[in-house]
Amino acid sequence: MKVYKYGDNVDTDVIIPARYLNAPDEKSLASHCMEDIDANFASTVEQGDIIVAGANFGCGSSREHAPLSIKACGVKCVIAPSFARIFYRNAINIGLPIMESPEAAAAIQAGDTVSVDFATGTITDETQGKTWQAAPFPAFVDNIIQAGGLLNSLKARGVAK
Amino acid sequence: MGMTMTQKILARHAGLDQVVPGQLVEAKLDLVLGNDITAPVAITEFRKAGLTQVFDQDKIALVLDHSTPCKDIKSAQLCAQAREFAKEFNITHFYDVGCMGVEHALLPEKGLTAPGECMIGADSHTCTYGAVGMFSTGVGSTDMAAGMATGLAWFKVPAAIKVTLTGKFQPYVSGKDVILHLIGMIGVDGALYKSLEFAGEGVGELSMDDRFTIANMAIEAGAKNGIFPVDDKTRAYLKGRVTRAWEAVEADPDAEYEREIVIDLNTLQPTVALPHLPSNTRTIDQVEGTHIDQVVIGSCTNGRLDDLRQAAAVLKGRKVADGVRCIVIPATQQITLDAMAEGLIQTFIEAGCAVSTPTCGPCLGGHMGVLSDNERAISTTNRNFVGRMGPVSSEIILANPAVAAASAVAGCVADPRTL
Repeated sequence: MKVYKYGDNVDTDVIIPARYLNAPDEKSLASHCMEDIDANFASTVEQGDIIVAGANFGCGSSREHAPLSIKACGVKCVIAPSFARIFYRNAINIGLPIMESPEAAAAIQAGDTVSVDFATGTITDETQGKTWQAAPFPAFVDNIIQAGGLLNSLKARGVAK
Repeated sequence: MGMTMTQKILARHAGLDQVVPGQLVEAKLDLVLGNDITAPVAITEFRKAGLTQVFDQDKIALVLDHSTPCKDIKSAQLCAQAREFAKEFNITHFYDVGCMGVEHALLPEKGLTAPGECMIGADSHTCTYGAVGMFSTGVGSTDMAAGMATGLAWFKVPAAIKVTLTGKFQPYVSGKDVILHLIGMIGVDGALYKSLEFAGEGVGELSMDDRFTIANMAIEAGAKNGIFPVDDKTRAYLKGRVTRAWEAVEADPDAEYEREIVIDLNTLQPTVALPHLPSNTRTIDQVEGTHIDQVVIGSCTNGRLDDLRQAAAVLKGRKVADGVRCIVIPATQQITLDAMAEGLIQTFIEAGCAVSTPTCGPCLGGHMGVLSDNERAISTTNRNFVGRMGPVSSEIILANPAVAAASAVAGCVADPRTL
């Protein structure tokens, strides 16, 4: 599984430009994912690949199309030192795995082979032979993830009808 | 321990006496907002989850403002989806072409936002309503769907940064300069996961439109929300607009702030943000003469009446320079009517500006002023990210309405004080 690496403050306008926000489904969103920051991303990304980025990933517009397009590309996980708060909750709500680890985000290089274990929060760079521990999710947030997203968790609790 | 305004409002809406930063709470919502880009995704998720009820048809606002009047077939189909949902669930506050405006200018105008209230909106600039002393924050479409179904949202109680304002503005300086200056100081993630709590005697010098502009761009510092104390100007603004009972919330004297920043309004200069981050700020004297192709005056940040007055004062009796397009977009129908009554629209048209019906349009590169390759705009909008208003080679400089208007006249970035 290969790594795509980007810098700080990757905003949702470059993750999915506004000109594609009227796309009818996630597959067409995926075909333009990261287009304005990395024109080759959508044509080269494969199932299970990982995005590693700098601080404040997903800043700007609240568009849920951004995590949706990344997820629809088959990206397994996004690793960053920090996430913009709307992107953070959107990723949790739709089930795109994200991991906060400043050390891993700094050390991992583009092209490295990286594996992640969501159950333990372990990030392993097989190329460099290093491992890191991502910040754990609070129990409340973990429950949403375990339920398969926000709406499922609310239905399971009987508060959404 | 004392609480900030934001913490108090979240505590009340979560049914708790006390909350602390970092605590996760589930709060009751007074309003859930969506637009023609985010609501369709929420509606699709709502239906996919098999949901059949909204929590309160009077507490959901749907505003078709981003791609409207519809720019293409796909946008029209998204609007139709929102329209059908509004009809099916008898959504009271549904705003379509003809009565819609840019959502964050429209909702306060319609009295849908009041002090002490708690709301979410599937639009990042939902933080605008902190100007009236309420908690409001941007979320995604799934949160919106959950909010429509349950009237609830989960929040991590934010720690706070206190921003104390002192002094008075100099001419041609306004709310935009306060928030650009602040973002330049703390960075685009300087308030990440935190609230920006504005305070100090300088708040009283700000018009409500200044406060809306400042709270609007709290998100550009990464903040969860920005919030202002309620004063006589707030009460005067709410009078005749909000008819339900509301209760203002004040910060405790011993509320804790992670950081305190003081901004002296006297010393603020007209400030711009150069490409490609709102934190890339300069004072106007550092960038005068920079080439521009287009000027945009409008948006949820600076499309209100005060903003149009400031732009018109500069454009009155002058002409937009050859080779520059100047697009003026009053944010709501009421603002358009008020601007007409004051003669502002005539001033704009006589100066050679294009005046549009309300839309978010060019701010997000949607329509009504998309840039071409290598073009540069000076704009009163809120984001200057790569590709935001056009191709990746295009650029945006963020500015206040007077600076934008002066630049339209000069044909390059210009200082309204020396035009």
